This record gives sequence, C-alpha cells and structure tokens, in this order.
Amino acid sequence: MSNDLGTLKKSDVAIVGVGITPFGEHWDKGLRELVIEAGFAAASEAGVRGRDIDLMLVGNMSGGMFAGQEHVAALVADFLGLNPTPAVRVEAACASGGVALRQGYLAIASGLNNLVLVGGVEKMTDVGGGWATSVLSGAMDFEWEAYFGATFPGIYSMIARRYMHEYGLTRDQLAKVAVKNHYHGSFNPFAHYRNRITVDDVINSSPVADPLRLLDCSPISDGAACVLLTSAENAKKYTDTPIIIKACEQASGTLTLFDRRDICTIDATIDAANKAYLNSHISPRDVDLLEVHDCFTIAEILALEDLGFCEKGQAGKMYDEGQTYVGATLPVNTDGGLKAAGHPVGATGVKQIVELVKQLRGEAEKGRQVSGAEIGLAQNVGGSGATAVVTILERGD
Amino acid sequence: MTMYGVPSHWRRYKERYRLSGTRCETCGNIYFPPRKVCPHCRREGKPVSMNFSGKGKVYTFSVIRVPSEGFEAYAPYVIGLIQLEEGPKVTTQIVDCSPEEVYIDMPVEVCFRKLREQGKEGIICYGFKFKPTTDAILKK
Amino acid sequence: MVGIVSYGVYIPRWRIKTEEIAKVWDQDADRFKEGLLVEEKSVPSLDEDTVTLAVEAARNALNRSPEVNAKEIGALYVGSESHPYAVKPTATIVAEAIDATPSLTAADMEFACKAGTAGLQACMGLVKAEYVKYGMAIGADTAQAQPSDALEYTAAAGAAAYIIGRDSVIADIEGTYSTTQDVPDFWRREGEGYPQHGGRFTGEPAYFTQVVNCTRGLMERLGTKPKDYDYAVFHQPNGKFPLRAAQILGFDKEKVMPGLIVTKIGNTYSGASLLGLASVLDQAKQGDRILVTSYGSGAGSDSFSIVVTNLIEEKRDLAPSTEFYINRKEYIDYAHYSKFKRQLRGFVN
Ligand SMILES: [Zn+2]
Repeated sequence: MSNDLGTLKKSDVAIVGVGITPFGEHWDKGLRELVIEAGFAAASEAGVRGRDIDLMLVGNMSGGMFAGQEHVAALVADFLGLNPTPAVRVEAACASGGVALRQGYLAIASGLNNLVLVGGVEKMTDVGGGWATSVLSGAMDFEWEAYFGATFPGIYSMIARRYMHEYGLTRDQLAKVAVKNHYHGSFNPFAHYRNRITVDDVINSSPVADPLRLLDCSPISDGAACVLLTSAENAKKYTDTPIIIKACEQASGTLTLFDRRDICTIDATIDAANKAYLNSHISPRDVDLLEVHDCFTIAEILALEDLGFCEKGQAGKMYDEGQTYVGATLPVNTDGGLKAAGHPVGATGVKQIVELVKQLRGEAEKGRQVSGAEIGLAQNVGGSGATAVVTILERGD
Repeated sequence: MTMYGVPSHWRRYKERYRLSGTRCETCGNIYFPPRKVCPHCRREGKPVSMNFSGKGKVYTFSVIRVPSEGFEAYAPYVIGLIQLEEGPKVTTQIVDCSPEEVYIDMPVEVCFRKLREQGKEGIICYGFKFKPTTDAILKK
Repeated sequence: MVGIVSYGVYIPRWRIKTEEIAKVWDQDADRFKEGLLVEEKSVPSLDEDTVTLAVEAARNALNRSPEVNAKEIGALYVGSESHPYAVKPTATIVAEAIDATPSLTAADMEFACKAGTAGLQACMGLVKAEYVKYGMAIGADTAQAQPSDALEYTAAAGAAAYIIGRDSVIADIEGTYSTTQDVPDFWRREGEGYPQHGGRFTGEPAYFTQVVNCTRGLMERLGTKPKDYDYAVFHQPNGKFPLRAAQILGFDKEKVMPGLIVTKIGNTYSGASLLGLASVLDQAKQGDRILVTSYGSGAGSDSFSIVVTNLIEEKRDLAPSTEFYINRKEYIDYAHYSKFKRQLRGFVN
C-alpha cells in the first residue's frame, strides 16, 4: 500500500453538484426512478449536460437480490440519457457508495476523466423482511457466518455484547446514539424517520438480536444519492462553492468477525483513517463534523474511537455528555445518520458525502446546520468491517 | 433459500461435520475455516489439515429474534463466537440451553445438528453447533 | 470371541409429560400412566433428527474406546424407522461425520424397532468372519405418532451406538438368535407421515410371541436358564410389555428394572433395547450376564446373551452415561411439542 498519493495525483478533486432522493419506502418508484431523480438533481445543480459526463459510477449492493436486476450501471446510464458514456457498478456491500466515490475520485485525480457522476442506490422494499435480512447477510462470510444463522444485527450485537463486557458501555449510552440521530433526523426533510425518540423508547423497542433492539438498528430503506466530481481547476465552471475531497481512502479487513484481531475495533477504519489524515495533513481536531456508519448504535461508538476522536472505550461518555449533537463539540450524523435518515445500503456512502457538502456549503436545514463548518469527515463501512472508506472534505472557496 | 446448490454444501463437509481447519507449519498459526494460503507467511507458509478438539468457550453471543429466511422456526436462537481451545474463533449456534443461561466464557463443546434445509424436497445440511459441556451440566 | 468394544448413547434434552399430552385430548393421564408405565418421553429439538442422534451416540461410543480409530470401522449400520431421507442413507452421513470414510461398507436398516439389533448381528457376522476389524451398529429414532393416537404418549427419540470387535471388548456376546414371522401389527405406508397399528393385536400375537419364543430359543441353544442372567433387557414400547414378558419367561422383576428406561424417556423405537442394554452396561460388573431381546413389528425378535468383562471399568466413564442423558432434561408444553414435531399447519421450514 502506497501512502504517497501525492506523486501520482494529477489534480485535486472537487464536488460540484449533489442530488438526493428522500430516503424511505418508495412504493411508486423502482431503482431506475430513484437514481434518475438523484442524478438529475446533481447534474442540474452544476448546470451540467449529460454529454459532458465521461464516467458514471453506481454504488449498489444487490440489485439482483433486492430487485432481480443486475447490470445496474448500464441501466442507469441508459435511463439518465448518458449513453455511450461508460458506466460501472461498484459493489462493497454497505460501503458500495463510499467505494464508488473513491473510484470517481481516482478517475479525476489520475487525470483520465474530466467529469464523473458518482451515484449510490438501493431499492430494498420490494422484498419481504426475511428475504432482506438474508440478502444483507450476504455482506458477511456466507459460508461461515450467515450459513450458521448469523444475521447482520446478530453480528453487531455480538460486537455490542463484547464491547459492553470489556469497556462497561451501558445500555443507556447505546440508546443515546439512536436518540441523538433521531433528533438530528427530525430536521432533515430527506430522512426516513423524522420522529424524536427517548432512551426508554429504544430500550423498550422490540428485541431484534439481544442486546440490540429495533431502535438500535438502521431501517430498510429505498433511496439514491449522487455527487458530481471534477478537477479543482475546473470546479469554478460549475459552482461558486466547490467542496474539495482532501482525502478518500479505503482499507480492507477480514470478512468474518471471528477472524478479527479485536472485534471491538474495526481495523479497516483505523487504516483508512490514518491514510486519510496523512494524505490530507488534517487531524481529528481539525474536523468540524462527522458522518459515520451507524448501521447499528454500537457501530457509531466504534467509529468515534477508530477514527481517533476519543480513546478506546471512552465513546459512551461522549453520549452522556451530549457531545455529538449539532451545536456541541463534535456533531455526528447531522442528517440523522443511517438510523434516522435511512440506510438504502448502496446509497449510504454517497448520501454521507451529500450531507457533508450541504453542511460545508452552509445549506443544511435550520436545527442541524453546523455553523462555520469547514472540514467534514465521512466513514462508510461494508459488512461488519471488511471494507472501510474514510473521506475528508473541505470548503474550496 | 435453495439458491446455493448441493455441491456448495458437500465440499464443506470436512469442516462443517468434523470442525477441521489448518495449521501453518511455518508460523504455527491455526486457522478456521481452513486456508490454502497462510495470510501471515503467504508463499512461505505450509498449511496442513488439522482437527479441532471441539472444546472452547463463549467469546460473545447474541439471541437472534429476527432471523434470515430458513431460520424462522428456530427463532429465538443463540448465535455466538466460540473461542476454540486451539485459538481460533468460529461463528456458531449455541443449543441445548436457554438464551438466559448463556454467558461470556461459558465452557462449550461441539455437537452435530441440522444447520438448515433446502426446502422440504431438498437436501438437509448438517454441521456443527455448540452446547454446554457435559462437565458443566454435571456440576450443576 | 466377538463382543462389544464400546457403546455410546444419546437422548435429546426435551421432555413432555404424560399429563401434558392427556390435557390436550381431555384424557385421563393416570389411566395412561398406569396402563403404559410411562411418565414422560423425550422429544428432539427442531434441529435434531435420526442422523444427528446417531452421530452423537456414535461419537460417544468412539470416545469410550480411545483405542479404536474411526478409520478402522469397516461396517456401519444405522437402524431406524425415521431415517430423514426416504432415499439417501443415514449411515453415509454418520460415517462421514465420525471420519470413518471412505473404506467401509454402510447401510440403513429398517425393521421397525429392531433395526438396531439387526445391524448388531450384521456387524457380528462381518467381524467374526474377519472381513472387518470393527463394525458399528446404531439404533436411532425420532418416532412419529399421529396426534391423539395412543402412540403419542410413548413415541420418543434416542439413539445408542455399539462398536463390535474381537479385541479389548467390554462384553463378550456368547450367542444370538432370531425369530421372524409375517405379522402386520404396526406399519407405515410409503409417503404417509404417521404409522398405523393393530391396537391390541400388537400384543399377544405380535410382541409376546416373538419376544418369548426368541428368548427361549436363544437359551435353549446356549443351555442357559433365566437364573443364569443378572440382567434382562426386553424391547420396551411401554413399561408393561417387558415386565410381562419377563414374568412369562421367568425373569425376576429386579433383573429387568435396571434396563427399563422407557418409563423416563418413552419408546425410542430402534434405540429402545440398545439404550436399555447401555443402561445396564453403565452399572454391570465383570462376569455379569445380560440377556437382551429386541422386538420389531412386522414381526421378529433378536436375542443376545452377553457377558461383561473386566475392561468395562476402565472405559465406562469415558463418555456420558445413559443416566446423564435421562437426567439432562427440560420440560416443554404441548404447544412447543407441536412445534418441535413440526405438527403445526403451514410450518415454515
Ligand atoms: Zn504461516
């Protein structure tokens, strides 16, 4: 792994347009309608025409299993009117969106592409809950985890139980992650859930996989998000407020939870974050807000530690002290996170970027805008931590 | 869910029936499931087949109440990571005890159970699960 | 001489009480308890079947005889009337699970409740003829009973595995003898979920005729008398039948009681007489002589005369006893019983 991207990088990469659909249950929309909506929003924001786009990337976990549709990238390019632009589907389970972004980042940074549309989409509600649980369990090791009856909530519950055992994290602290995310989500018109909840609501919600309960889990959502990338030099052609991708790094860990060095840590997050900090010369204390992968409440706890925002085992305290709310020291998941904003898996990694861009432009809705935000960090995780993408964005004006 | 066919189960009999793994003769690391390449030594590694004793303890666990397709009838069931006495961990179901009886560090041993069925007409997939040890039951 | 090198048993953890079944059908539990002498019966978990029971028993048998390498088992027979596949042997799965493959012969036996002892005889023949070093015979069942049928009070689950060989035996088998006649006392047609039976016809013309004639036949051939035996184990579809058979044959009740476990776990069908024998081996001493007579509907019996050796002491504790499994229990209600037996309509899997 080379850490020195500087010698190869031809240009800095800027985000010049973003688009998103509301997340939730879109009974009247299929995969193609969702991604078209988000794609057009991003392109029109930047005033871009289809023929200017020279690469389309689509993060999508499982069009085949959720909607019977493979070859998703070609479908999307066709329906967006982008033919004959090359279109590529990127799959890394719940990190599909983040990895797609990184592929777009590389395409621009290398100088090989001028304008790249990066999308993420998942249409999940066409199938029943049992099937959806099965499809999602494909993100773990099918033969040695899912085959034995492990589900995704089950895998994260095992992390939660061990973490509570080792570090004394309390059930209430865990619940406060969801409470905070629902509070932020209540200000986000695109969020799947906008209701506010209490700690009691969480710990009395129906058990899914002990110790995790329904309100510890991100929902099954439909949705799409898109961002438009170009080089920093060209960015001003499209927008007055380009957002610069200071780093977009990815790392891999073991697919199975049982092979991890430490199941209470996602090493891939640490590895990706370290590279991102190194390449961007930005450190955690420079970061104004975070978008982290809270597929389950425990995942947000791990993220804050693995990204270096607190000592191992200390994240729970930050929730007792309310530090992760907008207006406090370290706003986390200002759009409601996966928990409240929703988690259409392939879209999530791109949605996080859309949210950071809105925040850095100062365009987020009242109640969740972090004032004066200059630098934001996103962490997108695939599976139980086999893939992690860490992206750092900064205002480019 | 019958999308994974018969051969995909059959080729894992050794591991699923007899809890067989590999030990790298170069570095001594032990792996489950078996690995053809030692991730530590890579080309210098010499992985050889070995059987686990089937004894271990619970490292962590969860009680699955919302199962995947094919496991509906079993819910709620306990899924856990077992730390085998040889070192590696495995994901497995913990049976023959109620969810309330399971605790971290509980001694367990391997048993042979149905893992899943490929519908009513398809094959039955057998393999390992874990249960409280005989010694632990006798002590109670 | 051919003998038992090792044995292993397995009984599922769940139990249902006679009262619990009687409650559902508004029947008088006491009448059934008196009539059948069965207080409760074992019930397999959803993830247990004849294959898994057989594997657990086989592994216990191997654990009890560390000198036996599973690869040396040259023949493996699983007797059952509840093989999970109509076509596809239970024995192949068991052989693979205990790592006895690929150099062995294996087959499933079916002869109602005596399929296990049929396998035992087949192993004895192969071992005695020196075709194989060790043979493994298993009797295992997860018996089915139509809801509300009298069989529902007794149809249970359990397994026993025996390793037959010439060396380091814990018990010599000094003789075996069988009787067979066509008697349609109990049957299940292909594709049917539950067996049918002839009610009282299963008694006198079926069970008692075979068990008594077979036992007498064996003793005649060996020149033994009931007084020569320290223990007697008869197939136990309920508690009454074996006690009555013992009475007809002239065996004291005390010789039958140590092997009479049907009262605590129900009728384990192909496992029944072999589990009864295991329960006796769990407590027998060197020199003790044991009579075993199985019974299979259809109908026939296999009798065995067995003498315990000194090796019993050193092997006995290497695997869990029958009593361990009898005492390892958790009660379920009829609702859970229905679930575990997949009796609920529209059951998912
Ligand atoms: Zn090695």
